Formats: sequence, C-alpha cells, structure tokens
Amino acid sequence: MPTASINGRQVQVDAEGFLTQYDEWDEDLATVLAAQIGIELGEEHWKAIHFLRADFKEQGETATLRRITTVGGIPTKELFELFPKKPAKKMAYIAGLPKPRGCV
Amino acid sequence: MTTEPTTAPVPNFDDGPSDRTLAIICSKGTLDMAYPGLILANAALGEGAQVHMFFTFWGFDMITKKRMADLKFTMLGNTATHMPQGLGGLPGMTAMATSMMRKQIASIDVPTVPEMLEQIVASGGHLWACQMSADMMHLTKDDLYDAVEEIINASAFIEMTAGAQLLFI
Repeated sequence: MPTASINGRQVQVDAEGFLTQYDEWDEDLATVLAAQIGIELGEEHWKAIHFLRADFKEQGETATLRRITTVGGIPTKELFELFPKKPAKKMAYIAGLPKPRGCV
Repeated sequence: MTTEPTTAPVPNFDDGPSDRTLAIICSKGTLDMAYPGLILANAALGEGAQVHMFFTFWGFDMITKKRMADLKFTMLGNTATHMPQGLGGLPGMTAMATSMMRKQIASIDVPTVPEMLEQIVASGGHLWACQMSADMMHLTKDDLYDAVEEIINASAFIEMTAGAQLLFI
C-alpha cells in the first residue's frame, strides 16, 4: 500500500484513499477526512465514528449499517442524514477503516 | 532515493444528484425467494440509489401482517437442495427445512423478513402493494405491513419507475 500525505501527515492508504493502518488514525485526521468529503463532524457523527472504531477493534471487521443501528444504538435513518447517500462507506472512510464486507 | 509522498486520493462517493433508481418486483412468497429482493434493495439504498419495491402475487406474503414473519422454505421442486425429492413431501419436512434455513440466515446476522423491511424503509426505500393481488386475496391496506405506502395497480408502478433499472424476482 502506498504512503501518501493527508494534511501534511504521512499515512498508508489504499488506491481509493481509505486508510489501511488502524493505528495511524486519530481524531484530527478524521476531521480532515470528513471535510474532504464535505462533512463537518458534530457530536452525533462522532458517536457513530467512535462506535465503528471500538467495534472494529473487537470484531476485526467494519460494522455494517445494521450493526451500527442494533448494537451501536444509532437509528439507520439518522445515519443516512448524518452521512448522506452512502453512509456505510463514508463512515468507514472517516473512521480510517476498510469498507464493510457484510451485505446487511 | 526518497520521494515526496503524494497527496492521498479522496474516494469518489458520487455525491451529485443521483438519478439511479431501482425498481424491484417481488412475486414469490417463499422464505428463500424473499431475501434476494430485500438484500438487493438494502444494498442499493446504501449506495445512494432510490428503491421502489412492488409486491405482487405470492410476494404479497412478504408484506401481509399475518404471514410476513412466517414464510416457509420447501425442498419440494427445489433440486438445489441435492436431497431426494421424495423426502421433501414427507410430513413435517417443510417445517424442518424452514427452521434450518432460518437458523442459517440468523447465524450470519441477516435479520428476519420484517426486520429487513423495517431497515429498507428506514434507509428511504418505498414499498408498494399490487392492486390485483389485494383484490384476489381480499386484503385491504389494514392487512398489510404499516410502512406499505399504498395499494397501486401495475401501470401506476411502471409509470412511477420510468427510467429505473428493474428486477423481477
């Protein structure tokens, strides 16, 4: 995976720009990643991002929308409002995780 | 030799106004055939597409309150189970096959049919019921899942989904 710079910091990313190293992520980076896709992170956004980070650490996989709703307790409808159109992928990108693998 | 790292690419999330619409016609009422439409609808919504689902004929069972949580799977006529066809006709076999399939579905964290519909609606999907099926089965909107928007005829659905990509299941 290539090294690239985001906001002056060197990180590992895949061809699309998703971070590939869990530990290279931090909140400052997340704010920059979110801004790059037109999202300003508020309290509700952070709740979803922090759930994704913690869940990935436990499960080794990026949570799907359904899991964020049933386990993380954030309604699906809200996720579509916070991260419009492609919530699962956008959240994964901001959280520095791979795209979710599961179908549901 | 060292080179300056390049600026990381930003994924293209296709944020422009999306005109991609998927029309999914669900015509089957068995447990196994309910899922393809539900999974694809959910996936399309997650990709930013609009989704309209039309439930017709046996597919009505997927949205009929009394039946939607009780769809069945039978081995009869389904050679893909790779079991002797005669077995499928024995008493209790459909119940057993159904229970096994439910467990398999649950084991990979895929929700039940009513839960899938709930998620599709929460993701912005639209559910429509077929007028002719309602008439044939003497069902009214009260008999149907609450999130079904309306009972409409086939031409209304076709008109509504003009230009959409269509799946018939």
